[in-house]
Amino acid sequence: MRAGILLFPGINRERDMVLAVRQSFGTEPRIVWHKETDLTGLDLVIIPGGFSFGDYLRCGAMAAQSPVMRAVRDHAERGGYVLGVCNGFQILTETGLLPGALLRNAGLRFLSMDTMLKVERNDTVFTAKYGKGEVFRAPMAHGDGNYTADEATLDRLEGEGLVAFRYHDENRNGSARAIAGVYSPNLRVLGLMPHPEDLVDPLMGGTDGKPLFDSLAAA
Amino acid sequence: MKPVDEKLAKSFGLNAGEYAKVLEIMGRVPSFTELGIFSVMWSEHCSYKSSRVWLKELPTKAPWVIHGPGENAGVIDIGEGMAAIFKMESHNHPSFIEPYQGAATGVGGILRDVFTMGARPVANLNALRFGDPKLPVTKRVVDGVVRGIGGYGNCVGVPTVGGEVNFHPAYNGNPLVNAMTVGIAAQDKIFLSAAAGIGNPVVYVGSKTGRDGIHGATMASTEFDASSEEKRPTVQVGDPFTEKLLIEACLELMQTDAIVAIQDMGAAGLTSSSVEMAGKGGVGIELNLDDVPQRETAMSAYEMMLSESQERMLLVLKPERSEMARQIIEKWDLDYAVIGHITDTGRIVVTHKGVVEADIPLAPLSDAAPLYHRPYIEAPKPEPLGPVSSDMSLEAALLKLIACPDLCSRRWIFDQYDSTVGGQTVKRPAESDAAIVRLEGTNRALAITTDCTPRYCVADPEQGGAQAVAEAWRNITATGAKPLAVTDNMNFGNPEKPEIMGQFAGAIKGMAAACIALDFPVVSGNVSLYNETEGKGILPTPAIGAVGVLEDAALARGIAIAPGQDLVLIGATYGELGRSLYLREICGLETGAPPVVDLAAERANGDFVREQILQGNIAACHDLSDGGLLVAVTEMALAGNTGADLTQADTSPAFCFGEDQARYILAAEDAEPLLTAAFAAGIPAQKIGHTTIDECLTLPGGLAISLTVLREANEGFFPAWFA
Repeated sequence: MRAGILLFPGINRERDMVLAVRQSFGTEPRIVWHKETDLTGLDLVIIPGGFSFGDYLRCGAMAAQSPVMRAVRDHAERGGYVLGVCNGFQILTETGLLPGALLRNAGLRFLSMDTMLKVERNDTVFTAKYGKGEVFRAPMAHGDGNYTADEATLDRLEGEGLVAFRYHDENRNGSARAIAGVYSPNLRVLGLMPHPEDLVDPLMGGTDGKPLFDSLAAA
Repeated sequence: MKPVDEKLAKSFGLNAGEYAKVLEIMGRVPSFTELGIFSVMWSEHCSYKSSRVWLKELPTKAPWVIHGPGENAGVIDIGEGMAAIFKMESHNHPSFIEPYQGAATGVGGILRDVFTMGARPVANLNALRFGDPKLPVTKRVVDGVVRGIGGYGNCVGVPTVGGEVNFHPAYNGNPLVNAMTVGIAAQDKIFLSAAAGIGNPVVYVGSKTGRDGIHGATMASTEFDASSEEKRPTVQVGDPFTEKLLIEACLELMQTDAIVAIQDMGAAGLTSSSVEMAGKGGVGIELNLDDVPQRETAMSAYEMMLSESQERMLLVLKPERSEMARQIIEKWDLDYAVIGHITDTGRIVVTHKGVVEADIPLAPLSDAAPLYHRPYIEAPKPEPLGPVSSDMSLEAALLKLIACPDLCSRRWIFDQYDSTVGGQTVKRPAESDAAIVRLEGTNRALAITTDCTPRYCVADPEQGGAQAVAEAWRNITATGAKPLAVTDNMNFGNPEKPEIMGQFAGAIKGMAAACIALDFPVVSGNVSLYNETEGKGILPTPAIGAVGVLEDAALARGIAIAPGQDLVLIGATYGELGRSLYLREICGLETGAPPVVDLAAERANGDFVREQILQGNIAACHDLSDGGLLVAVTEMALAGNTGADLTQADTSPAFCFGEDQARYILAAEDAEPLLTAAFAAGIPAQKIGHTTIDECLTLPGGLAISLTVLREANEGFFPAWFA
């Protein structure tokens, strides 16, 4: 699988993502500048975390209007894989590739700590190396991770099995139904708030996030 | 515009003698803009006029020091061709007036000092001192400062990995915000600020210039009074997004050979950056302010020269590379403007709208800067502490201590800071005595800490200064790393008072002795004086930031214990309770002499501990400091969620809570070989207990407290305060 990592001004977790991809894929991901429009040759587009355009409007709203996001939409329509983490998840909801929105955390403070995530299904390209129902640890670091959608959408997400991960220990940011990540209907676009890419090396405290990248590498 | 005279000079912070010197240098009455330039360059903040004579006493050299004080930040050799570049800097005055922006721009400013030298910032730390938590203003300041640090650091994507927090009523009107940044660069890619090359373009990069922060450096050089709130406009406003772009743009440009010299625009903005770059290079500089990117209309030359708008850099470029440089800067959506050129005149000439607004010889501006040998009175040696008594049980005392604001868990604070971005954080906040950050692509790691115990410093500045350095060295040692160098952030009151100067002189003396004894040179630093409000000064606070290196990051030790380990105390215990937290929190006294700092013991004990860690004999290590032995063991137990049994240990408060220096607790599978090795090396060592599988801490004497109760006590303060 050939991966590309999008770079918007203000993105700051691209280096973490490069390390995780490099380790699992054994290849170097392509860095894609936000003004590029050609994603030819990429199987997987990753939008990493950070503060694209400072998040001075709504988180991810400016990036969603970038030239590269038109190409990402085309890529997704062609059935390409997309992974958005943290700000990347926010950009995907702003772009409309994933439903819902991320609001300010319920406590109105930035939250940086490990959280436990429950794998809702393991028959997707992102989670094949996890067990169904497995609980794994991932660092989170965000001010706007409070997932919200209208009740009908939430019911539909649950009914169609499009909830990817839920907060298992504590729903600190107040997300609706403790949702930490969601899939697109074809299960090829995934957005999540926590950072599995920051837990892929025993030296950094564990490898709980590595199966996600191993899953993609094996797909 | 007001006429330029002695009265105006005074309002700019220059005294009569200093103004006379300005007249002498200029040979005429200076222009308004010129007077502004003199006043900020000669402010305490920029000129170190009260502290320079004392700072010279600090050792600054070692074989591993690449650049000591004098550059934007200190640079040390950390092996494999890499350098660590670091500094700590205060943003005290702005942080009281406007806590969020004051703290945020403090982080932004120290980041620029580091990446301007070519380093990618890899870690931020913060040493914070606040007033009495019972005051509403303290709560407001803590909240704003923590949000400001997080708001800026989280956005720029540099992990905030450590720091320290103290509370004391002496900081009620003058909280301290000392921000430290550590960056990594290749040793052959370090950028300096000395301008060179007659005719080379002077280029402005970054945010536009506004009217914010005018005379910020002057404000930081005076005491506070009731009108300080009116100084809010002198506080700058931070934009971490632009800072992030500036970091990436500068680092990308630094991969080319375009840059001759580079300096951030920090305190005193365009004035200090242009004056320092030209001055250091022994050249002249001509600026045309018409070309400065401005975000407000009708700005005067004076305003532009003194603005402290954030996120700006000044570069001297090779002319043939300037077009390529422009493309890189503009790729990152930043302003790029040629605003002048380097000359051979030895003068700074500033024109605006065709008028020469300033024309000052550079050499006298720096060489003739005021230098004061301020009178000082040595602090009287404190009376030793007499016998103290309390009828509080060990259990009650421990629960009270670990819950007090100075010892309780800082989780509420560091949970608001992104500590993992970058993917190199080996030990996060509270996991080890110093933060551990791996050097990407290698097995090496840096160990980083900040330390100072102001309640010791106020009692005995010399012992306190030595203790701050020794504790920083000990915290790095406790992780297994080799301590390499320090940055100092000297926070004191009004230097015109002899007793304050006495504190300063004493602290420097103690720090110098400790730095020499521990091979721990000072490579950068910052002085913040006039931390007084309505005549009341802060506790003397020589905050120490320190960096060490581990060749194998996997050997780094944290404080968490696990079942099946013996606990060994290294170092001699005399039971020093003078100025201890036990004395203050349990006995209600702030008296006595602080613990003696025995630098020879510090060195010997630390070298022994580090060697044991690097040999793989130690599972966990924690230094003994605030609160003494029982507090340290409690922290180890909570970190590992593992019980400990200290039944056989001495039950006296002096043993349990004394703050004797040069001590560590080591956890090892078997105490015996460790005790044997210590005996052979002449290091005091004793087994004080062992870890257990039940989740209890069993105190000396045999009473058990469950970890749940301890955790609730330890974690309670901040969440309850901000609930």
